[in-house]
Amino acid sequence: MSEWWTYTLSDFLLFSPKTYYRLFELYNRDLWPGQVLALALGVALLVLLQRGGPAPGRIIAAILATCWAWIAWAFHVERYAGINWAATYFAAAFAVEALLLLWTGVIRGRLTFVPSADAAGRAGRALLLFALFAQPLLGPLLGRGWRQAEIFGLAPDPTVVATLGILLAAVPGRGRHLLVVPLLWCVVSGASLWAMAAPDALVMPAAGLLVLLLAAGRVRPQSGAPPVR
Amino acid sequence: MPPPHRTSASRRQLLRSLLAAGASALLPAVTAAQGSALRTRPIPSTGEALPVVGLGSWITFNVGNDRVARDACAEVMRNFFEAGGRLIDSSPMYGSAQEVIGYGLGKLGRAARVFAADKVWIAPGSRGPAQIERSRELWNIPRFDLLQVHNLLAWQEHLPALFALKAAGRLRYVGITTSEGRRHGDVEEIMRRHPLDFVQVSYNVQDREVEERILPLARDRGIAVIVNRPFREGALIARVARHPLPSWAAECDAANWAQLLLKFIVAHPAVTCAIPATTRVAHVRENMGAALGRLPDEPLRRRLVAHVEQL
Repeated sequence: MSEWWTYTLSDFLLFSPKTYYRLFELYNRDLWPGQVLALALGVALLVLLQRGGPAPGRIIAAILATCWAWIAWAFHVERYAGINWAATYFAAAFAVEALLLLWTGVIRGRLTFVPSADAAGRAGRALLLFALFAQPLLGPLLGRGWRQAEIFGLAPDPTVVATLGILLAAVPGRGRHLLVVPLLWCVVSGASLWAMAAPDALVMPAAGLLVLLLAAGRVRPQSGAPPVR
Repeated sequence: MPPPHRTSASRRQLLRSLLAAGASALLPAVTAAQGSALRTRPIPSTGEALPVVGLGSWITFNVGNDRVARDACAEVMRNFFEAGGRLIDSSPMYGSAQEVIGYGLGKLGRAARVFAADKVWIAPGSRGPAQIERSRELWNIPRFDLLQVHNLLAWQEHLPALFALKAAGRLRYVGITTSEGRRHGDVEEIMRRHPLDFVQVSYNVQDREVEERILPLARDRGIAVIVNRPFREGALIARVARHPLPSWAAECDAANWAQLLLKFIVAHPAVTCAIPATTRVAHVRENMGAALGRLPDEPLRRRLVAHVEQL
């Protein structure tokens, strides 16, 4: 791209905010009552997180991998790509994250959780709660209407925040590579919403930054020390 | 918002202005369209008359598979055609816009009326023919009237291919595009060295860089000029709309800010057509009103520039 410095974020925005949020409205309409199942899965994540241990870790990873794979196909490929050619690349990234969750969390069982968490763990649980119950309310509270609500497991943003929260709550030192795609999405989503002058444009970058700082500041288990279970 | 048709009054006003100006060669032709006097300009390379207001599709027509939104776009197109409009501009870069235009043309049965202006936007240039064919299928038309190299991407490869299409009778006009002032040096060079029919640039009351070199060069070389981003993607309208329309806007028959800003553009003698984009029927009617009545003369245009700078 020549003279790249002359481009602004809005130059990459191919659609209007109205079209973007209408996408969620039609998506929700097509999937109803799938939202109930998605929220049930989210609540299951909360319960499993509290139980801790390797077996629930595998189930958590399986649920998240399913959600990421679903969004890759049903949202990015089937819908978002209709107004944004870059969505095919987003779909690929979401599919990669689904495979990584499957490999690291389900097959290798590397995601484990403890019921009593440190500050980062508590922040992770708070992020999961936010993604499940508060993030879907943002749109309606900002005047976009209930039908355009973005729901965990179906829409990218709350699913990404929930995933970041769960990864932050996991026993540190394992599966940090799983943070890469969700953190990149925080940048992409924040940039898109910023270009649309959306009042909630900073939510995703703020969540990503919080996770990045807390994950970086977390103490790895000492080499040779028994794993925390 | 002006009435949909300003028929006899507009015609009288226009005749008065033509007489007053001595029917200067700079003034565009007037043609009848749906009972209104619609202003046209000739494409220099052929003399074919083109209405001075066209329809852009950037962002506005990228509505995906949303049937309701597609029908709304088709309604915008219906009003555009009914007001006498012809040129619709799009690009493979604009998401689903080409497909939505094809949907509208099919629904309205107006494929024969449209002046189809699209772009090739792909690298390497060897992939251009396949992209053009895909675009044609999406528009659902037998051939394009105008194909432009979008933002000069791989222009060295695309331009010879487009000229070959034109020579073979499968394309009527060839052009290049840029936007927001980018690569004007390259645009000038290509305009000097290649037999272009069209050049597309950004131009409005705030962004006037093209007045210095590109617009005069287009006149000298007999190249038609399409103007994109006449309202700076709506930001310019949003800025001026907070202020009352100046009373002297009546001197060029502008009934609202949209018409005044468009008339500023199409009054430039080098400009062939401006392509505002909209999703609203009321706006397309407003915009087409800029092709009616008198245009601002040069002192009035400079007055508008000074006025907008003060707002």
